[in-house]
Amino acid sequence: MELTEDEEESLNGEHGEALQIAYRILSATGEATDAEKLVPIHWAHVSGVNYNTIGDAGEEFLATLSKSAKFKVRTTVNPMGYDKDSVEKFGLDENFIQKQESIKKSYKKMGVTPSFSCIPYEIYDMPQEGTQVAIAETNAAIYANSIGKLKTNKESAFSALASAITGKSPYSDLRKDDSPTMSIAMKVSEPNELTFGLLGYFAGKVADKSVAISGVKNLDKRCSKSLCASMGTSGTCGKFVLDDNSDASEKVDFDEKEMQKVYDELNTAESGDLITLGSPQLGLEEMNDLASMLKGRAFKKRCLIFCPRAIQEQARHLGYAGQLESAGCELMSDCCTCLTPLVTKKDADSVTTNSIKGAYYLKNSNGLDVNLKPLSEIVRDETS
Amino acid sequence: MTLKTIVRGKVTGKVVKSNQPINFLGSVDKKTGAITDQKHDLFGKKIADSILVFPNGIGSSVGAYTIYSLKSNNSAPAAMACQKADLTVASGCALANIPLFILSPDEYDSMKDGDEISLG
Repeated sequence: MELTEDEEESLNGEHGEALQIAYRILSATGEATDAEKLVPIHWAHVSGVNYNTIGDAGEEFLATLSKSAKFKVRTTVNPMGYDKDSVEKFGLDENFIQKQESIKKSYKKMGVTPSFSCIPYEIYDMPQEGTQVAIAETNAAIYANSIGKLKTNKESAFSALASAITGKSPYSDLRKDDSPTMSIAMKVSEPNELTFGLLGYFAGKVADKSVAISGVKNLDKRCSKSLCASMGTSGTCGKFVLDDNSDASEKVDFDEKEMQKVYDELNTAESGDLITLGSPQLGLEEMNDLASMLKGRAFKKRCLIFCPRAIQEQARHLGYAGQLESAGCELMSDCCTCLTPLVTKKDADSVTTNSIKGAYYLKNSNGLDVNLKPLSEIVRDETS
Repeated sequence: MTLKTIVRGKVTGKVVKSNQPINFLGSVDKKTGAITDQKHDLFGKKIADSILVFPNGIGSSVGAYTIYSLKSNNSAPAAMACQKADLTVASGCALANIPLFILSPDEYDSMKDGDEISLG
């Protein structure tokens, strides 16, 4: 990768340690993806905020980095480990809270927009189509490319952080060429959000960088979110397009049989001890819809709903939050189900959710069994 | 022939090889380096001090922190060698200073689990 004189100096440490670290990361990712140069980016979204995921090494790294690093472009951040308003209900130890607060402080020091959300696309206006951005959160990167028509690679926590600090990213992969190399024919009829989650998980496994999906006429926001999140979990694919006439050379079907295979891989329980709705966090419309579905009903079990702080405040103002709480839901902001420290084997053996991404991490990282159901069935079976 | 060196370094060690991609955040214990995903072909194995040979990284962007944490906890592989480099593995190895190589298809196929090899 060709660097300008200034970039070369930064890499050699002539402009301070923070920039040197950032350029070291960008040089590696640029080399890995055969980039010829760095290009400016106009928005970064970083992951690596939850102490449960980044641990002591991550906390210490960010504390050191924040002594000299400043974000050069607008930078939003992923969820952290808990919601300060309800943290005392969850028995997290003092060390966890102290380390989490340190991480938050480090990001603030570097100049972050404190969004603590995995769905920045539902809180902020998206930049103009075609804008180069650097998004680490995988569901948001795929959403930005596929729905927002922005340009980002499926960034890592460090590559997006380096882009936030430098305002640049290697010009490679999806930034350069995002044409699908595979087409998946959606053959499952009457799909719901869970079906699209299963399709996304399948697509992530079989497709490389970009995939075309045929046989899908309309994709509402929640189905898009579900598809993006699960696709990001199972593979490296960073974009999808709905296209019935793709000229992609490789073609595969996603039928009932394939869907069942994915379901059987991720569904490990007949029912859950509690319910989590999130991964990605819920948007305002989803909260409104759920409030309507729950009219006159109440959950028989604990039900945790994860949404951004900005959305919870709107939902409170509009009355949805109160309706959801009356139906027994607990609203949580600034955090999400993915590697949450709030739902552990001490609290439950199994969880019911409609999120494929949530299921994968609850199973593999939290060690819980998962019962997968679409939201309509969760409401039907778990409320009275 | 190694096709490309992403993070430089000279290493000798024992190959731990997987034919499945690795989701570092979801399936590697950042303290011990043990693979926790029961469906993974490396389940129960430890990757510490090995030359970890696998197709590529997948999944969460935070996997880069897992790689960095492994190094801090002395549980990291001595080096990694992949079929193709993804941003999570490349950036994680760059920050943790773990040598990372991209292998040619022949070289990748010829490496067997348990082989003693030198890279770099």
